[in-house]
Amino acid sequence: MARANWLKGDVVSGAVLAALGVYVINEARQWTYSGVEGPGPGFFPLWYGIAMVVLSLALIATSVMRPVPGAGKSVDWRGIGRALLVWVVFAGSIALLKPLGFLVVLALLTLFVVAGCTANPWRRAVPRLPAMRLVFIRFFHWR
Amino acid sequence: MEILANLGHGFAVAFEPLNLFWCFVGVFLGTVVGIMPGLGPPATIAMLLPLTFNMHPTSALIMLAGIYYGAKYGGSTTAILLNVPGESASVVTCLDGYQMARKGRAGAALGIAAIASFIAGTVGVLGLMLIAPPLAKFALSFSSPEYFALMALGLAMVVLLAGDSMIKALLAMLVGLWIAGMGIDLFSDSSRFTFGQTEMLDGVDFVIVAIGVFALGEVFGNMESREKGTLLPVPKGMRNLLPTMAELKACRFAFINGSVIGFLIGVLPGAGSTIASFISYGVEKAVSKHPEKFGTGVPEGVAAPEGANNSETGGALVPLLTLGIPGSGTTAILLAAFILWGLRPGPLMIQDNPELFWGLVASMYVGNIMLLVLNLPLIPLFAQILKVPTWLLYPIIFGISIVGVYTVSSSLFDCAMLAAFGLLGYAMRRLDYPSAPLILGLVLGDPMERALRQSLMMSQGDLSILVSRPISATMLLLTVALLLLPLFRKFNTWRVKAIEENG
Repeated sequence: MARANWLKGDVVSGAVLAALGVYVINEARQWTYSGVEGPGPGFFPLWYGIAMVVLSLALIATSVMRPVPGAGKSVDWRGIGRALLVWVVFAGSIALLKPLGFLVVLALLTLFVVAGCTANPWRRAVPRLPAMRLVFIRFFHWR
Repeated sequence: MEILANLGHGFAVAFEPLNLFWCFVGVFLGTVVGIMPGLGPPATIAMLLPLTFNMHPTSALIMLAGIYYGAKYGGSTTAILLNVPGESASVVTCLDGYQMARKGRAGAALGIAAIASFIAGTVGVLGLMLIAPPLAKFALSFSSPEYFALMALGLAMVVLLAGDSMIKALLAMLVGLWIAGMGIDLFSDSSRFTFGQTEMLDGVDFVIVAIGVFALGEVFGNMESREKGTLLPVPKGMRNLLPTMAELKACRFAFINGSVIGFLIGVLPGAGSTIASFISYGVEKAVSKHPEKFGTGVPEGVAAPEGANNSETGGALVPLLTLGIPGSGTTAILLAAFILWGLRPGPLMIQDNPELFWGLVASMYVGNIMLLVLNLPLIPLFAQILKVPTWLLYPIIFGISIVGVYTVSSSLFDCAMLAAFGLLGYAMRRLDYPSAPLILGLVLGDPMERALRQSLMMSQGDLSILVSRPISATMLLLTVALLLLPLFRKFNTWRVKAIEENG
């Protein structure tokens, strides 16, 4: 089997979901499956965990066996990298919420998004920050 | 007579100044998000959900429903002027709407879309008003096994039509069930999937997942690239927006076709407005005296799909309000909103909350008139929304998302979870996993597990209770049939083709 077939998104996501399914089954086995009052907390998760493993393996198998039309087309890694960078900054800004406060974090986030979306980031971004802060101050007061 | 009396009561509720205001806010916001490509009604409703906590449920529902059906009106504007559908249901409108605009009939196309939306939207509400009460009465005979079977059927229909890979749709649904199962067990004090975090004992709030997967997932996805179309000149003046008598005459069957098909498709969970608009367009083309002209800019090609996608809204509210079964991502968020307000949609909903149900129905009539008034003369103004730059839009979405989640629990842990679900939403978009089954699995996870376990308690663990009762047996049989259908090659080819056409 070609190495590229094993690196496809479907195979990787299938493997992650299969691992999640195994984790769900493993956890569910530690809880009561069925008691005197009827099915226990382990009943439902056990079955959807099994379904998750079976379907993930089916996804991996179909993906590896049957090449998807257009699978050879190049992936826009630059675009993905940009989206993931914005996510990292967003996640980081949440971590900074406590020490810096919401409005400062939002200002920094705005600055970054402007830098990522426009051609002249600093010239455009800096004048927008007070306006953005004002929008959210109004928002808080309305709440 | 009882219906008319109830409707009269509903109009009294809808005409309260505050409710009129929220109805206007809803339809206005709906039109705006409908016009904006890349920001759909589920994302908007999810983001605004925390703001409705302190509102009266009737006013809040009137506003959120306004966003839902208002977006259908707005979606046609970009489809006609830009050849870019504001939302997926407007894909078909591009075919003839954009061609009409290129021929200098943009005003007429926008006018026909608004008139078709108004007629079909009104028919949809009429259908909701007539069908929901008897269906709710019928559903009163349902017990736990029937509810479990009904939820399984609803999920199966959504999975069937959610994406071109049914395996991925099923996996997304299972992940939704898993997230729903986090926290303290429904019937015992066991904690499940909490990873040792006390913050997880109450489970994961729906708002966090909905905002993360829909709103943030969409923004991160749009960060990859931003398509820019060329805006055609928007006609100014009311006269230029009105279609000619000949055009209206040509559309008379399309108005009825779109209204009826849209409503019927809407009642079916999973089918959605995109499929409704495609089927309605196909029927219109099939019965037309000049099918070869479809796609070149015929007014019927705009009226039929626009009517269908608006009428579908009324249909989609039938199973939601009478059975508590949402058929799409947006109605799943509306269901979550009901639960957050302490209400439980189902057979007793209309009986226990007549003010809310009839107030909503009446507000939809009022909202449709507001939309017609808003959309005809203000189209040039709304078209300017397309010029809103991303640097303004995305930070606002980020800010509202953080504030929205923090409002729910005042917990930074939940904000961190928001980031995690945002990444999940982006990964799902990137890897072609449909998000509607995940949201439906999340919303229906708890009630489905409760119904199953209660059924098995009733039968002392005997699974045959699910198939020994005629209604639940029929629904489970249909569920199995739906899940097995893709195994038949011919049907699967049709299914995949239909989904691919839907974009």
